[in-house]
Amino acid sequence: MSDIKNAILDYIKNEYLEEEDEDDINFDTPLISGGIVDSFSMVSLKVFLEITYKIQLPDSKATPEAFDSVNNIYELLNEFNVQ
Amino acid sequence: MANIGSYESKLNDFSWQIAEKELDYKPGDIINIGEYCTDRICRMGKKDKLALIWKGHSGDIKKYTFDQMRVHANTIAHYLSGLGLQNGDRICLFMDKTPELYFGFLGILKMGGVAQPLFSAFGPESLITRLEDAGTAAIITQKKHLSKVRKIVNDLPSLKNIIVVDYDGKKPLKDGETAFFIEKEEPIENYDIFPAKAETPSVLHYTSGTTGKPKGAQHVHYSLISQYISAKYVLDLNDDDIYWCTADPGWVTGTSYGIIGAWANGVTQCVLDAGFKAQSWYGFIEEHKVTVWYSAPTAIRALMKEGDEIVKEHDLSSLRHLCSVGEPLNAEAVIWSEKVFGLPFLDTFWQTETGSIVISNYPGMKVKPGSMGKPFPGITATVVDLKTHEPIETGVVGLIAIKPGWPAMFRTYWKNEKVYKSKFINGWYICGDRASIDEDGYYWFVGRDDDVINTGGHLVGPFEIESALLEHEAVAESGVIGKPDPVNMEVVKAFIALKAGFEPSDMINLEIMNFIRKKLSPLAMPQEIEFVDSLPKTRSGKIMRRVLKARETGEDIGDISTLENDL
Repeated sequence: MSDIKNAILDYIKNEYLEEEDEDDINFDTPLISGGIVDSFSMVSLKVFLEITYKIQLPDSKATPEAFDSVNNIYELLNEFNVQ
Repeated sequence: MANIGSYESKLNDFSWQIAEKELDYKPGDIINIGEYCTDRICRMGKKDKLALIWKGHSGDIKKYTFDQMRVHANTIAHYLSGLGLQNGDRICLFMDKTPELYFGFLGILKMGGVAQPLFSAFGPESLITRLEDAGTAAIITQKKHLSKVRKIVNDLPSLKNIIVVDYDGKKPLKDGETAFFIEKEEPIENYDIFPAKAETPSVLHYTSGTTGKPKGAQHVHYSLISQYISAKYVLDLNDDDIYWCTADPGWVTGTSYGIIGAWANGVTQCVLDAGFKAQSWYGFIEEHKVTVWYSAPTAIRALMKEGDEIVKEHDLSSLRHLCSVGEPLNAEAVIWSEKVFGLPFLDTFWQTETGSIVISNYPGMKVKPGSMGKPFPGITATVVDLKTHEPIETGVVGLIAIKPGWPAMFRTYWKNEKVYKSKFINGWYICGDRASIDEDGYYWFVGRDDDVINTGGHLVGPFEIESALLEHEAVAESGVIGKPDPVNMEVVKAFIALKAGFEPSDMINLEIMNFIRKKLSPLAMPQEIEFVDSLPKTRSGKIMRRVLKARETGEDIGDISTLENDL
């Protein structure tokens, strides 16, 4: 569980945050509503998840709510049997 | 009764002097926008009225009266002057939608600087292009964006001052960087504003074109006249309104109507500094009893996607007037908003270059869903032939053209007078958008007349993305187009031929997406990449984007006699 969450968190830190902010986020940090990942950047996050976990996320599932924290993303992945 | 009264009668008795008179302005007077949005409103007896209700993504709320805003703007103006910055200096605002962004904008104008707002999501490449072109002297930013500025500052000899509004002392500042805290600075009660006249430069907004680098559309303080009266007539702003403009001030809507138009009318406005979520947007309207809402089709369509049930969970009865801007508002969105809010979103049309609304729907005027509406009173508009640029008959598609001379018209492209002049043909300003006019005088948008991509209401230049793509080690050549999209109108799609030794893969796809997102901006990131062996080019080697676009949309490719290679 924590491996997956940590992998997603590390990816977000590396790809979406500047060095100064990397310590400031955790599994519950709002990503979309917090302005860390915007609606355009959600697309690349979705591609990352699909490649890494070998799944296809339909647009109806890739919503701002589902992507709004690492914990939410983990719950979404669980729906696709990623554990 | 709406402020505009009857649109038809207003057409007959309108002149810009109405706005001048209401603003107590006479030709030759001082007309500093910063002063008009703060000091003047206080003198009108509204100093204790709320000017700004701000909510951050963590839920914290800050409220400022017009007098507090006046003093904060003074304090920033004083600080900037103290750094040696002078009137005419370009001062960039590179921040999220924090209160300091709004006060900074007004403060820059008060001290005679030229405000240059840029999206905080811009990457170093987008940033340096615009700062270098403008010869920007100072940048006001947050610590979260400081590392992007540091990456480019050594290549910007004009950039002498980097002002950090939320420095926490954790890491040392470098040469040229200063910490500024609005709440801790000594408040400047009285500040001698720069005596800006009508043609004094005020704001420099960068906009993308088909070719070349982004161009800086230069505006002047006299733009206030258009922005004030169009905010009053189109947005129908009244003294007791709570107004929410969702636009970021990095975009012209965020300054013309997210700052100037609203505050020159003395209206309270709300700002939500958080990403898009239907729940939080509706909650924000309910919480602050927003009455007038100015948003964008992309956001409206995203709300539509979230369904009607979520709307019913909120009390949105405070809403009385809705407007939209950025791209054409489709008829379905207008009909949907009438169904769920009991109000139609009224489409408004204008551009970075026009500075204020030029074609619009109006309170009280019959709405034809999907139409752009009619020209604003005082604006002479038409549709001209694509080739001759002469006005054409009703129902025929041509280019939207505006007779120059309205107050908010841009005055030049920064250091690019040649391109500026090329926008004016046969005595008309040519907008670059195709439309037709129906028998009732309503305008109907058809599409752009060039390759510029309108994604989520923002214009993105394909050339800028193609140039950046070439800097990726795997990219040999690329062609970028706008792909039709149900939410964003268009999204960026890149056709890429890889260099020898690189093979198409999901991983290289993601790598290229992130490369552009970080280098330019999330807006510019290709939402879709198609790897191809080669690209259609003219014999002179120019990539034929229209061929790529036609292939994508299944439309007729048209004349390809100049094509160098087969598809």
